Amino acid sequence: MEIIENEKKYDVVIVGSGAGGGMATKILSEAGLKVAVIEAGPYFDPANPAQQTQLKWPHESPRRGAGTTRAFGEFDMAYGGWEIEGEPYNQVGDSQFDWFRSRMLGGRTNHWGRISLRFGPRDFKGKDRDGLGENWPISYEDVKPYYDKVDKLIGVFGSKEGMYNEPDGFFLPAPKPRLHELYYKKGAEKSGVKVMPSRLSILTKRINNERGICFYCNQCSRSCSVYGDFSAGSCLIFPAQKSGGQVDLYVNSMVREVTVNDEGKATGVLYINKEDRKEYRITGKVVVLAASACSTARILLNSKSPQHPNGLGNSSNMVGKYVHDSTGSDRMAFVPEMMNRKRYNEDGVGGMHLYSPWWLDNKKLDFPRGYHIEVWGGLGMPSYGTGFDPNSLNKHLGLKVGGYGNGLREDVKKFYGSVMGMSGRGESIANVNNYCEIDPTTVDEFGIPVLRFNYSWSDHERKQARHMHETFEEIIHNMGGVVLGDKPGADKDYGLLNPGRIIHEVGTTRMGSNPKTSVVNEFEQLHDVDNVFVVDAGPFVSQADKNPTWTIMALSWRTSEFIIEELKKQNI
Amino acid sequence: MNRRDSIRSLFLGSMAGGLALESCISASEETINEKIWEYQYGRTPEEAARDEKLLATQYFENTEINVITRLASLILPPTTDGTIEDAGVPKFIEFMAKDFPGLQTPIRGGIMWLDNHANRHFDNDFINITEDQQHEILDQIAYPESKGEQKQEVKFFSLMRNLVMTGYFTSAVGIKELGYKGNQPNVWDGVPEDVLKDHGMSYDASWMPKFVDQSKRNDMAEWDEEGNLLS
Repeated sequence: MEIIENEKKYDVVIVGSGAGGGMATKILSEAGLKVAVIEAGPYFDPANPAQQTQLKWPHESPRRGAGTTRAFGEFDMAYGGWEIEGEPYNQVGDSQFDWFRSRMLGGRTNHWGRISLRFGPRDFKGKDRDGLGENWPISYEDVKPYYDKVDKLIGVFGSKEGMYNEPDGFFLPAPKPRLHELYYKKGAEKSGVKVMPSRLSILTKRINNERGICFYCNQCSRSCSVYGDFSAGSCLIFPAQKSGGQVDLYVNSMVREVTVNDEGKATGVLYINKEDRKEYRITGKVVVLAASACSTARILLNSKSPQHPNGLGNSSNMVGKYVHDSTGSDRMAFVPEMMNRKRYNEDGVGGMHLYSPWWLDNKKLDFPRGYHIEVWGGLGMPSYGTGFDPNSLNKHLGLKVGGYGNGLREDVKKFYGSVMGMSGRGESIANVNNYCEIDPTTVDEFGIPVLRFNYSWSDHERKQARHMHETFEEIIHNMGGVVLGDKPGADKDYGLLNPGRIIHEVGTTRMGSNPKTSVVNEFEQLHDVDNVFVVDAGPFVSQADKNPTWTIMALSWRTSEFIIEELKKQNI
Repeated sequence: MNRRDSIRSLFLGSMAGGLALESCISASEETINEKIWEYQYGRTPEEAARDEKLLATQYFENTEINVITRLASLILPPTTDGTIEDAGVPKFIEFMAKDFPGLQTPIRGGIMWLDNHANRHFDNDFINITEDQQHEILDQIAYPESKGEQKQEVKFFSLMRNLVMTGYFTSAVGIKELGYKGNQPNVWDGVPEDVLKDHGMSYDASWMPKFVDQSKRNDMAEWDEEGNLLS
């Protein structure tokens, strides 16, 4: 098949349009560089009525929002999921890594929880504390100026708390907690668990004249049509286009590999246009990979050439190694005092109004790293599943379960808003034996070899999950609640969810100063090829118990400035 | 042509192609057009095409839909708040059986069980026996054991109850009856005072400065160098 050449010559070719790619697009194009953005999915704008699901009712859908075609329900704004038709991936042995991909402009930033936490000073130097994993080659002080800039550019609400490892930023004011959150606060504080306002990238106050302010519909996962929350399209790529940047978007374009010249330097990328299924080449002076940690590893490993026989940037054999996700485990509670609640609009912002950062010292515990607790519940919009097992909670009240007739109406109304939940999200230890690699036996529908995963949890994560459940039960007890479900035991890894389920996978192209044990340097530049950079979560050495997005963007900004300087100096 | 008409014509255009490919269409084109127009929200072209295909076919026989409707009305008898027809429950169950094909055999088989059972004990199909006789049958299958294996007919009833309840409480009448007040632009300024009082809760005085002053939400955010919000 003939490769179709693109005549245009770009300064930078960016693969992927999520948090990392979006930020690189904005910074590089505003510096006057000519940028091509290659996105595997379709164009998406949260303000486009034809794509909008925000403010739709469940009965506007024939399946009432059930998750047949989208993993989090059909109103969720992620085109994709853990399984995508035509795009398989495999496992090694009994590994069970679940890989979530979102194929659309803006990627997973369109539906994520907007939890926007900075890594703290300790998070960059984990090995110094417990000898496990590896330190980052950079420290909090290196990244702080960029976190500050991200806060101001994108907007994040929160509160100044003065906690050493939960650094304060430039916050918008926080929304007041909801009722179930006040119950949680009461229960958690009784156990000595710190509770504070959450930190989400949602505009509770105006930050510029281009974006609207939150109108409290709770539907950030559907992507905000007034741009009141962060998504890479609304906050990075569209503003870059509007400010006159030279940005060309190539959507529905699946990158197969990075091309190189005789000297082994990158010349651009090859991609398959999903519409005509033909192969295209696009060239640029610099290639920035931001396809997501595992997709970037896949592209690098598939970029084999005489100059880079082991895949691009993989002379160390480290590409794909150290993939790690946050740990996760959840528990639900029934709070009888919240039965028969008075009704009012309790939607609030999309996500929790308060949470618990990690509050203990691991030196006194039998597991090395911490976790934070997210809280959910409230008088939410009914969705597919509301009314299932309508009166199973009756057993806690000594009443009959099951039956039929209008008593069921009363049961559903009685219990509405009386169930809440907690989710622990913790740090796992990066491990060289957890990896993704090319599976030579399988290709996707575009003929591109796919990934296979090998991943297992260790006792570090299992003991952390056990501690989560002990904490949840104590808090629920303090709240006057009833713990629902059995405490998961050793046979269930203490309730640890499969790796990949929390969708914080990082570490596949990790950063380091030693080219033998890492893939990129501290500016996310491949050790092997100086004009290729990785600005997704691949370079993360460790992931803390923090959601990665804010750090992806801070590092992408820092790397973009480095690229601009290096181009000026004609170093690359 | 107004916006609505132009969208409608786009829809018809895309569907005509789909119809040509579908060899076995049970509903007339006009009915399909009506059904598709009913559901307008952001779907990808692939999702919309999938829905068009499902809406163009019928899985349950009309006699089965009659039993589903009757059963749904026994699970949630009509009140002034709403009926299962108002809530579109039978239509929703028909759609879900095509959307999750795993539901088809349990529901079809469960309906057969109801008829067989009714015939054996009352000499008539379920739909034709008296309401008291229908209750007598439901009383045997509506109360799952708290432990151990559930019989097929009990599992069938639990499945139908789940579908009926969720179909009802995700409908316009069901949401109104439940009392959900959201899904509309508003300004959240905390739990109402009387609710706080009722639950013995309050907002800590030390937390109050952290919260958004909704009268200043439109003022442009400004900070000092330490990150203290000035506006």
